[in-house]
Amino acid sequence: MSENTPQITQLDAEGLRSQKPVTLWRTAWRRLFKRKSAMLGLIILGVLVLIAVFANVLSPYDPYQVLIGIEDVKMRQAPCIHLLGCPEDQPQHILGLDGNVRDEFSRLLFGSRLSLMIGFTTVGFAIVIGVFLGALSGYLGGWVDTIIMRLMDVLLAFPSLLLAIAIVSILGPGLQNALLAIGIVSIPAYARVTRAAVLSTKQMEFVEASRSLGGGMFYILFGRILPNSLTPLIVQGTLGIATAILDAAALSFLGLGAQPPTPEWGTMLGAERNQVFTAPHLVFFPGLAIMLTVLAFNLLGDGLRDALDPRLAQRGE
Amino acid sequence: MFTYILRRILSSLPVLFGILFVTFALGRLIPGDPCRAILGEKATDVVCDEFIHRHGLDKPIPTQFAIYVFEIAQGDLGSSIRYSKPVTELLVERLPTTLELTICAMAFSILVGIPMGIISAVRHNSALDVITMLLANTGVSMPVFWLGLMLAYLFALVLKDTPLQLPPSGRLSPGLMPMPFYEAWGLTSLSGNGVMEFISRLNLLNSLLIGRLDIFWDALRHMILPAVAVGTIPLALIARMARSSMLDVLGQDYVRTARAKGLPRSRVVLKHALRNALLPLVTIIGLSLGSFLGGAVLTETIFGLSGVGRIMYDAITARDYGVVQSFTVVIAVFFVVLNLIVDVSYIYLDPRVRLE
Repeated sequence: MSENTPQITQLDAEGLRSQKPVTLWRTAWRRLFKRKSAMLGLIILGVLVLIAVFANVLSPYDPYQVLIGIEDVKMRQAPCIHLLGCPEDQPQHILGLDGNVRDEFSRLLFGSRLSLMIGFTTVGFAIVIGVFLGALSGYLGGWVDTIIMRLMDVLLAFPSLLLAIAIVSILGPGLQNALLAIGIVSIPAYARVTRAAVLSTKQMEFVEASRSLGGGMFYILFGRILPNSLTPLIVQGTLGIATAILDAAALSFLGLGAQPPTPEWGTMLGAERNQVFTAPHLVFFPGLAIMLTVLAFNLLGDGLRDALDPRLAQRGE
Repeated sequence: MFTYILRRILSSLPVLFGILFVTFALGRLIPGDPCRAILGEKATDVVCDEFIHRHGLDKPIPTQFAIYVFEIAQGDLGSSIRYSKPVTELLVERLPTTLELTICAMAFSILVGIPMGIISAVRHNSALDVITMLLANTGVSMPVFWLGLMLAYLFALVLKDTPLQLPPSGRLSPGLMPMPFYEAWGLTSLSGNGVMEFISRLNLLNSLLIGRLDIFWDALRHMILPAVAVGTIPLALIARMARSSMLDVLGQDYVRTARAKGLPRSRVVLKHALRNALLPLVTIIGLSLGSFLGGAVLTETIFGLSGVGRIMYDAITARDYGVVQSFTVVIAVFFVVLNLIVDVSYIYLDPRVRLE
């Protein structure tokens, strides 16, 4: 008996080691990978990131270079692809040329950098401020809660795009101001999500334990409560990037966001909007790029929402 | 029930006050000298002083705010410096276009979105369901202005000279000048009345009131493209919500009971399940109102419609304070009131709200 005991323990330990601990994140990842639509979103996003990183390698021309006098090309020339029967002696422009005789394809590739940057910075800004306000509001309650949440209600009372337009009109047109405006109008969403999560977490035993051990307010709030309220924020953030990119494109389209000659998709589309009947390729492709990017974030966000939902996890889906 | 409505109205008062405060602050924070922005860089100091005094811009900020709230409470929305006419007059001229566009877009998104969602839920996990939801996801991701331009290209150019050709701009074909309904009815004494004027500018309604179906049809054809463009994003949201809410309800015991007692499937879905699936839908329709209004601003410039969105954009670039402020207030108040209506409609849809 005594001879056998160590052997069994060793086997048990072996068995335990081979089984990795099941954490929320691991299950979430597994479930995310099972969802075809979320995977599609992730793939589009991956391609987009690669394009953004390698834009200078991939693009055949400088996105700002005016090709007049350099090549024998016309303004707003239709796409010319050698493989599809465009004469070999003509320079190849996969998506044609824009109103300033620049290569549309190169501009589109460089636009991916801006779009991703816009999505992440605005949402980052909104999350930092929204989470801070929402956390304080939920944790402190009382008049702090009332003031912060009423302020958020007022911001939510405006249709978000109109408020963003009004803010940019004050700050003056430009990409930075547009980003700031979109960031400001998205704050309430994050504040509300955080407040709700904090409210549901702050009564739990582990928070009480931290408090009885003498943890300070900021430690408890940002070290204990918030890490346990992350999932709704991740979902909201992913979907928020999609909205931010759409809104930024809309502001740029109206001439309030990125200014020409910046290769921003909304600006490119806005500059050629009156040419939709004569040069539809200049309107079609930037819009398609915006749509695919936004679609990727939407699919991923929906997938994350399902993957991170503990109710679905319990059902073993 | 009345206490519920009253409480709901009272709770939106602080929000309304907040809206006034924000719009006032926005108007006053604009950098640069308003006088020279409006009258040009060459305006002399004398002209500018007189201008600032006339528009109350020389008073302390709190006084300006008090004047502002007081005037709005009296229905005086100020005047447009650029157009030299009262903002209310501009609203009577421009709001009907936006209202018509919003209603058409809403009708489109609700009438198409809800059936799409129901079919998707009833045929859960079928190819039809997958395709519908893929379309809905794509719809949510489309920039309104791009969709508008593409629709214009498709229906005005590609489908030109086919029965599917649709006009890409304006509200009526050139040459059509419908008579205001009050004049057609011989009520000439009503001309100049703002409300009547407003109603008569709703082309669809006015043409029905004067019995001109040809004008109604023409106005409707002009509204199709902008309404589809504005309505697509809310449509996709509504379809997705209708699907998930319907799926929830269809899984409940009472639905199984109804099927078990032998009721036909269509009757169970449309009569028993739909009613209970409606509540979250009303919420999502209320939440999409902002998307309708924001969409209107973007599409009006594309389809050559001179509505609120168009004038708002022009006013912002020209720094026409009065117009920017008043239109923002009107839109935000409109938004709050519509949300109030949505909330109150719960009483009819959900008896539990009535009992609370």
